[in-house]
Amino acid sequence: MCLAIPMKVVKVEGNPDDFTTSQLATVDADGIQKEVRLDIVDHWPNVGDYVIIHAGFAIHSLVEEEAKKNLALLKQLADTMPEELLTSPDDLK
Amino acid sequence: MKHYDEYRDAELIKPLVEELHRSVTKPLRVMEVCGSHTMAIFRNGLRSILPDGLELVSGPGCPVCVTSAPHMDAFIAMADRPGVRVAIFGDLFRVPGSNGSLANASSRGARVDIVYSPMDALEIAKNNPDELVVFLGVGFETTTPTIAATIMAAKVQNVQNFNVFSTQKTMPVPLNALLGDPELKIDGLLCPGHVSSIIGAKAYQPLAEKFGLACVVAGFETADLVKSLSMLARQVATGDIKVENVYSRVVNWEGNPRAQKMVYEIFEPCDTDWRGLGVIPGSGLKIRDQYQEFDAQVRLEIELPEVEEAKGCMCGQILKGINTPQDCPLYAKRCTPANPIGPCMVSSEGTCAAYFKYGQD
Repeated sequence: MCLAIPMKVVKVEGNPDDFTTSQLATVDADGIQKEVRLDIVDHWPNVGDYVIIHAGFAIHSLVEEEAKKNLALLKQLADTMPEELLTSPDDLK
Repeated sequence: MKHYDEYRDAELIKPLVEELHRSVTKPLRVMEVCGSHTMAIFRNGLRSILPDGLELVSGPGCPVCVTSAPHMDAFIAMADRPGVRVAIFGDLFRVPGSNGSLANASSRGARVDIVYSPMDALEIAKNNPDELVVFLGVGFETTTPTIAATIMAAKVQNVQNFNVFSTQKTMPVPLNALLGDPELKIDGLLCPGHVSSIIGAKAYQPLAEKFGLACVVAGFETADLVKSLSMLARQVATGDIKVENVYSRVVNWEGNPRAQKMVYEIFEPCDTDWRGLGVIPGSGLKIRDQYQEFDAQVRLEIELPEVEEAKGCMCGQILKGINTPQDCPLYAKRCTPANPIGPCMVSSEGTCAAYFKYGQD
């Protein structure tokens, strides 16, 4: 139930400080477009950002840089193992 | 950019799996708290590549599974009332109470709408002014802000025939209760990804300190999960116990203050009943007095009935991570996804349903 998916923002409507405006974004994943609410998103997204969607609401805005950094970190760990980052299991005992 | 494909890349996964095998230097038990993690672990075939000595147990993190029989009975009784129409997330439809489910109520004429968002329930209310539309609020911190925002919208738009029956639950409080159980021996916690995007990784700090429990916030892709498990193993091996976060692209230390503010504007903590775990003080969220007009429990004067759990069903023990589905005498015999006795077999994120679907004997 708590599964939430990232989708790309293609349009933003409303004002983050004014709850009486419609706070909506149009999001796209593989050509499927959907309207989602922005009432509770952590940072107001820009067109081109990604947002994590749960139950019709964006709950988190995902900046491309942030996602790339996260992935790069995992890749770096994967590439440099085992020599640099791994302690030998014997050291841990 | 695809935010998920790369996290499933074999070139990335293989070294991470090797790292996991090297990290597990002594036996450890890890609880995955979140039902979506349980499903992701099975779907990605992770159980088959786990090193010896690493045992995964499933925790209480499927909101449908922990919805108690008295709550289900109250939902069904409410759906049966004339003039009332209930709106639910789909996985609640077939959850058994003590005598049937909402699916049974629907087949005898009760109005039950399955919605994708609480906002859809508000739309149904606007389109059906002669009926009271009640959204059944079942979920954890990921879902609660969406319901709070919907109540706020109902207030702003003055929709008077929209209500919420809140059985919303929070995650750190029951974990604290559960981890105090001496029967449950857990070394590490795979912390839920999307709940944590709202409450922040800091929410697990007290658990790490109090119970000496390794905590890692994990995403839902293979790379996230494998990396998180090896970080847990490493914490346990070195004794450097803390909260770490592998899901930094979605979760930060403080969480989402905008969502938190919305939740505590509308809701306040209360005691609530968990299936199999009983009443846990302060683990639920109820609608504040100033928003009482949207509280179905107040408006319809609903008392929770006293109900016994289904005989022989071990969902309670399974939710606590003490037993696995195979220990239950009903599992895969009288209780199957087609004819579920307990809620862990109903929800696609339930432990029993995951074991059944992926053929774990």
